[in-house]
Amino acid sequence: MSWFTRIKKGITTSTKEKKETPEGLWYKCPSCKHIQPSNEHEDNNYVCLKCDYHQRIGSHEYFALLFDNNLFAEINEKMTSGDPLSFVDTKKYTDRVRESIKKTGLNDAVRTASGKIDGMPAMIACMDFAFIGGSMGSVVGEKIARAIDYSLQHKVPFIMISKSGGARMMEAAHSLMQMAKTSAKLALLSQAKVPYISYITDPTTGGVTASFAMLGDFNVAEPNALIGFAGPRVVKETIGKDLPKGFQTSEFVLEHGFLDFIINRKEIKPRISQLLRLLAN
Amino acid sequence: MSKNQLDFEKPIAVLQEQLDKAKQIAEKGKVDTTNLIIELEQKIVETKTQLYANLTPWQRVQLSRHPDRPYALDYIQALTNGDFIEQFGDRTVKDDKAMIGGFGSINGQTLMFIGQQKGNTTKQRQYRNFGMPNPEGYRKALRLMKLAEKFGKPIITLIDTPGAYPGLEAEERGQGEAIARNLLEMAVLKVPVICIIIGEGASGGALGIGIGDKVLMLENTWYSVISPESCSSILWRNWDNKERAADALKLTATDMLTQHLIDGIIAEPLGGAHANRDEIFNTVKEEILQNLSLLKAINIDNLVEQRIAKFSSMGVYNEA
Ligand SMILES: [Zn+2]
Repeated sequence: MSWFTRIKKGITTSTKEKKETPEGLWYKCPSCKHIQPSNEHEDNNYVCLKCDYHQRIGSHEYFALLFDNNLFAEINEKMTSGDPLSFVDTKKYTDRVRESIKKTGLNDAVRTASGKIDGMPAMIACMDFAFIGGSMGSVVGEKIARAIDYSLQHKVPFIMISKSGGARMMEAAHSLMQMAKTSAKLALLSQAKVPYISYITDPTTGGVTASFAMLGDFNVAEPNALIGFAGPRVVKETIGKDLPKGFQTSEFVLEHGFLDFIINRKEIKPRISQLLRLLAN
Repeated sequence: MSKNQLDFEKPIAVLQEQLDKAKQIAEKGKVDTTNLIIELEQKIVETKTQLYANLTPWQRVQLSRHPDRPYALDYIQALTNGDFIEQFGDRTVKDDKAMIGGFGSINGQTLMFIGQQKGNTTKQRQYRNFGMPNPEGYRKALRLMKLAEKFGKPIITLIDTPGAYPGLEAEERGQGEAIARNLLEMAVLKVPVICIIIGEGASGGALGIGIGDKVLMLENTWYSVISPESCSSILWRNWDNKERAADALKLTATDMLTQHLIDGIIAEPLGGAHANRDEIFNTVKEEILQNLSLLKAINIDNLVEQRIAKFSSMGVYNEA
C-alpha cells in the first residue's frame, strides 16, 4: 500500500471539467421529477436541489465526498470472490461475479481505503450496491475485517458506509459467518477504544443490519433510507396487511432508538469531520 | 410407529405394517410366523441403516423439522436430570417464549443453558412463535450469557430456529441490532461457549446465539444463510426447487464440517434423534462434558483469542 501511487480521480475534484459540462446534460429526480443540471446536482452531493432526494451513489463518490482532495490509499483492492460451493442457480456464481466485475469496474461490493478527513486520519469501508446488490460474501467480510485491523493497528477511526441487500446467498454459510467475523473484529476495536462510525445508506437490510451496520459507537443514516432486518415484502407477508407509512425509514429507525442522528448528505463531510474532531480533542 | 411419518420413511412403514400383521397372526396361534418375524425385523434394520446413511440434504432438512424431535427444554431437562431453573425476561420489554434459558447442572457442574424453543402442539407452537425469537429473545439470551460470565459458568446454547421473527414489532424493537449485539458480545465472552444445532439453524436467527468455542451440529440438522424454500423462491421464483436449493446451499452437518464452518458432528440414533430420545440425550451429554473439559483447560484470554481467530478465518476469496 502506498499513498502516492494510488491517487484516484473522483468526481468532486474535477470541478473544472464539470463547469465545462455541455448544456443539455440534465438530471431528472426520480422522486419529484424536477429536472436540474447534472453538474449542479453533483455539486449538491447527488441530492435533489428541490426535494432533497438522495440518489444512490457508490464508493467512488463517497470517497470523493469525504477524503481530502480525494486522496486515499486503497487496501486489498484486488481481492475477488471464490466459489466455495460451486454454486449454480440461473447462472454460475463465477459467471455472475465475472459479469459484475466487467459491468461495474469493481472487484466486489466493498472498497476499503485510508486517507484524511479535514486533516484527520480515517479508514473508510464503503459498499457498492451496484455489485450484486451490495451483498456480503467472503470478500466483503474479509475486506471489512482487514479494514478494522488497520484501524486497530494505526488507532484511526473506522467509518463504515453500508448499502446492502444482506448476505450473499451464493456463498451460503460462508456469507453468514462474515457477520460473525466482522462483529468479532468490532468487539476488539471497541475494547481498544478506537471510534467506529456506522454510516447507513439506502438500502441496508438483512445480515448487514444484523451485524456491523448496527454496531457503531455512532449509528448515523442518510434521510429516508430503507433500514431493516427483514425486507418490507417479508414483513408485509408475515403480518398480512399493509405496512404503516414510513416503516423502516431512517426517521422510523431513529424514532425507535437505533440511530444517533440523521445526516443530510449535503453535509456529510462537515458532520463526520465534526464528530471526529469532538472525539479527538 | 409415529403418526408423523415423513414421505421417505414409507418403505419402513410398509415393513413395519407387515411385521405387525405377522405378530397378530402369531398371537392367534394358527400359523407359525417366527421365521417371518425375524426376517422382517432384520429387514427393517437393514432398510433403516441403508435409508438413513443415504439421506439427501432435503431429507435431512425434513428430519430436522420432524415434529417428534426433542426440543431445547427436552434436552435441558434430560441433561440436568431436572436440576434446572428457568429464567424469564430481557429486563427491558418482555419475556420471549421462543427463547428459553437458565442455570442448570450436569454431573455437579453448573452451566448456563440457552436455546430457541419450539412447541409440539398447535397451541404450543403458537405460544413459542414457532421458535422464531423477537429482539427481546436475543436480549434475554445476552442477559443470561452476561450473568453466566459474571459467575464464571460455561454456556451451552441449543439452536433450533426457522429464523428470527420478521414481524413489524420485531423491526420496531431492532431485530437487527439485537442479533448484531449478540454477535459482538459473544465473541468476547470470558467463559467457554458451546453451541449445538439440535434442529434448524436458519441464518442470523441461529447465529444470534451461535458464536462459540465449539459449534457442533447433530447429524440430521441444517445450518445456512437461508432456508431451502426461501432460497428457491428468491433464485427460481418458486418453492419447487427447494430440494435443489438444499443441495446447492451445502447446509448439512457433513457439508458444514467439510467447509470448516463448524467444529464437529454429533451422531444421531438410527432413524433420527426422535427415534431414541435417551440415546441422543446421552450422546449430547457426553459431547458437552468432553468438550468442556477440553475448553476449561485453556486460559480464558487464549480461548477468546482462538474463538475470534476461528470466525475470522472463515470465508473463501482470492487475494489478487
Ligand atoms: Zn427531487
